[in-house]
Formats: sequence, structure tokens, C-alpha cells
Amino acid sequence: MSTVVNRSARPGFAGGLLIAAAVVLAGLLLVLPLVIIVREALASGADVLWDNLTTRDSRQALGLSVLAAAAALPVSLVVGLSGAWLVAYHRFPGRGLLLAVSKIPISLSPIVAGVCYMMVYGRRGWFGPWLVEHNLEIMFAVPGIILVTIFVSFPYLLNQLVPLMQELGSDEETMGDQLGAGGWTIFRRITLPKIKWGVLYGLLLGNARALGEFGAVSVVSGHIRGKTNTLPLHVELLYNDYNSAGAFAAALLLAVLALITLAAKAIVARRFRQTTSP
Amino acid sequence: MSPPRPRAYRLPGLGLNATLVVVFLGLFVLLPISALAAKSVALGPAHFWEIITDARALATYRVTLLAAFGATVFNALAGLLLAWVLVRYRWTGRGLLDAIIDLPFALPTAVSGLALTTLFATKGWLGAPLAELGIKVAFAPAGILVAMAFTSLPFVVRAVQPVLQTLEPELEEAALTLGTRPFTIFRRVIFPAILPALATGATLAFARSIGEFGAVVFIAGNIPYRTEITALLAYIRLEEYDYAGSAAVATVMLVAAFAIMLLVNRLENWGRRLAAA
Repeated sequence: MSTVVNRSARPGFAGGLLIAAAVVLAGLLLVLPLVIIVREALASGADVLWDNLTTRDSRQALGLSVLAAAAALPVSLVVGLSGAWLVAYHRFPGRGLLLAVSKIPISLSPIVAGVCYMMVYGRRGWFGPWLVEHNLEIMFAVPGIILVTIFVSFPYLLNQLVPLMQELGSDEETMGDQLGAGGWTIFRRITLPKIKWGVLYGLLLGNARALGEFGAVSVVSGHIRGKTNTLPLHVELLYNDYNSAGAFAAALLLAVLALITLAAKAIVARRFRQTTSP
Repeated sequence: MSPPRPRAYRLPGLGLNATLVVVFLGLFVLLPISALAAKSVALGPAHFWEIITDARALATYRVTLLAAFGATVFNALAGLLLAWVLVRYRWTGRGLLDAIIDLPFALPTAVSGLALTTLFATKGWLGAPLAELGIKVAFAPAGILVAMAFTSLPFVVRAVQPVLQTLEPELEEAALTLGTRPFTIFRRVIFPAILPALATGATLAFARSIGEFGAVVFIAGNIPYRTEITALLAYIRLEEYDYAGSAAVATVMLVAAFAIMLLVNRLENWGRRLAAA
């Protein structure tokens, strides 16, 4: 009788029904959207798809998306590692508050994030007059897109590392410190090797968000064709132009990137379990 | 849970890392949020209230909350089912399902919106059979619900999955030996144990749904008073150079997000207490 209780047992009849329901649900809700993207992108043939992907505007949009994600990645890395070292290994007043603030970008609507940044750097924002006076463009320009991309993507690594480092503990680090190793050496030789898969995992999550961000970037971009369009914005632009083939071509490229991220995540997660389980 | 040590050993790097993180969070998170709050305060309470209780704004709250609520209920049930079959049974395709659950987080929301709109349009693969039944999804309130349900699907699964995995089998075994029916075991033993995780996941899904923009604007049709969400109103006001109007509506969403974060915190503590008990 213990077959039901044993976790991950072979399913019985009721279990089979539940699995079938789950598979149908996932098929309709998760697989079908992917299928429709591939189908619509290839509807007029591979040549048309290639032409749509290599238009000037498409290449510019891809370039800007990659640039913004590439700029956000090192910031995520430094803030994530530094913040996790701070929060996981130290007790200090305001620690809980610091953690809560670092989670704000995840629960905030991307539109609110964009509006917040407009209130600082926009023409009528806090720094607006000063920026205009010095001929500096942040909003409706590339710097603004990079700023909001950093905002929406930095918490992912930090949120991944804090629980991981707390669980692994800091006993080895403490030992290293007592033996006279410097902080940087301890971090590089002890901490980094044991959290490396977690770092990779967190960076992948943040990078997926950075590449795909729509709302926040939409607010600050100004939608200048060939200048401040990212790939997700390009999808919307083409869709509004009734250029369905073009929109789906860009969408297919983003979907492929998403699938690569998912595959990489699955591989890293497996490594992760192997290294963390005793 | 490790027992609390009497006095924590202090590792180096407190000052440097604290400075770096505080300066970063100050510049990138607190400064923009303060600027938004300041803009709303500058409006004065009467004007602020007038903007946020304007008929069009009220309609967006209703549309957003109703759709988010529907999407959350759907996700609570679907998420529970998915988490259950992922943890409880060993079957071919389990690994693939586990990997694909996170698709809505990995897929850019604009791409999700485009795909869902095409699927649920009156001539789409799913929209056509639904239209036969008289159900209109794309460019109707139901479409908003679908977009929200899709983008927040992983939350409940990922919250419930680990708790279900660490559940002690003894109680279930005992109940089974006593001849208790499987559904009663689920209701009396398993459900109470996973309830905090389920509530946490559902709340996170609700928060995400309220704030979702990319997927929704594609499928909603965006008709004022009918299928316009609050995030879109904040966006439109800004496009009209109405900074004050945009700031006020965005502030309402900011306050809602903070309230939900507090609730999530409470729910997580409840879950930890239950796990420790």
C-alpha cells in the first residue's frame, strides 16, 4: 500500500488522470504559444523570415537589446555578490529593510518603474532642467534604456544567492579569516567555488529579464525607429504596422533565446543539486 | 535551520559592501521611487484624490483587479495540479514539463502577448472553438485574464513544489494504514501543510498580474472603461505629457505593490513557522 505515499511512485489510475490533465494544460497554455510563433514566423518561408530578421531596424533593435543586457549583467554580478556577502554573512541593523528594498523591482509593475525614472531624469523630472542645460539625454535615449534594464534585472542574482549562501553557511570563510587570509582571497578561493552554479543560475534569470523587458523600456524609450527600439519593442511596432510576418520573426528570435535560457537553466540546476546535496 | 550562535563571528568586508549596496540601492531604487512619491505629494491631497478616483481610473482598477483575481484562482488550481504531478509521480516527460513551467518567465512578455493574441483571436486555434461557444477572449476582458494567467503561471508551482517534496510521509502512511481515503488524506494532512506556500505563490501571482503590461496590451484591445488596465492608464497619461496624472495613478500601483509585499512577508513567516513546528 505504500505506493501512494512513496514520493515519485509510478502513477496509479487516478495519478494517470491527473498527469493527463496536467499535460493537456501545459500543452494548451505553454507549448501551443511556441508552436504558433514558429508557424507564423515561417508562414511565408525561410527566405522571408531571414529578410525580416536582417532589416536595418531589426539589426538595430537586436543590437540595442544585447547592449542593454550586456551593460546590466556586470552590475547584477557586482551588486549580487556584494549584497549576498553582506546580507548572508553579516548581522547589522537595517538588514531586513535592505533585503526588502532590493526586492522592490521584482514586485513593482514595469510601467511604474518606468514612470519613476521619468520623474527623475525626464524633462520635467528632478534632474530634468539640469540635464537639458548640459545637453545630456537620458530619457528617450540609450542611457535611459540601460538604467531601467539594470533596475528590472539586478535583483534576480541577489535573490538567488542570499538563501543559497545562508544555507551553505560561512564556517569555511570564518576558518579562512582566522588563518589570516584576506577578505578578497576568502571570497575568491572559498566562497566563489561553492556558489558558482548559483551565480550562473541567477545571471541567467536576470539576463532573460533584461533581454525581454518591455514595459519599463517602453516608457523611457520614446520609440524612435532605428535608434531607441529594443527587440521586444520592435515586436510591438511591427505588429501595430500590421506587419505580422515581421513581428513573428522578431518574436521567434526572442523565443529561441528564451528556450536557450530554459535549457541552460535546467543544466545548471542539475549541476547545482549535485554540488549542494551532501 | 541552524541554531542561533551566541555571538556571530564577523567576516571582513562589512563596510565596503554595505557602502556599495546602500549607494546602489539609493540611486537605482529609492531615488526614482522618492521622485514619484514627491510628485504625488506635490499635487496636494484634493487634486491627487480627484485624479485617482476619476471614473476612467476607477474603471481600470475594476478591470485589473477582476482579471487578476480570476487569473490567480486559475493559477492556484493549475499550479497545484502541476506541482502535484511533478513531485508525486515518476513518469516520462516529467523532466520536460519541469523545465517548460518557467517558460512564461523566460519568454519576453511582448512575445507572450503576440502569441496569445493570435491563438485566442476569433479565427485563432483556440479562439475559433471558443467563439463557437459564444466566448470572446481576445480584445475582451477574458483576454486580460488569459494574459495574466500565462505570465504568472510559474509562481504557484514553484512555491508549492519544494514544500510538497519535503513533506514527511509518516502521517500519510499512518492515515493510509487506518484505511483513510486518499482524498481525505489530501484534505486533512497534505493541504494544511502546503497552504502557506500555496497562499504565498498565489499572492505573488496576483501581484505580478496587477502589474503586468506587455502581454496584456497586445490582447486586451485597450478600450477605455472596458478593457483598459491601470498600468496602461499610467502609460497613456505620460504619453499625453500629463506627468501629474501619470504619477498619481502610478503611486496607487506602488502602494498596492508595497501592501502585497508586506502580505507575502507575513505568509512566508507563517510557512516557516509551520515547517519548523
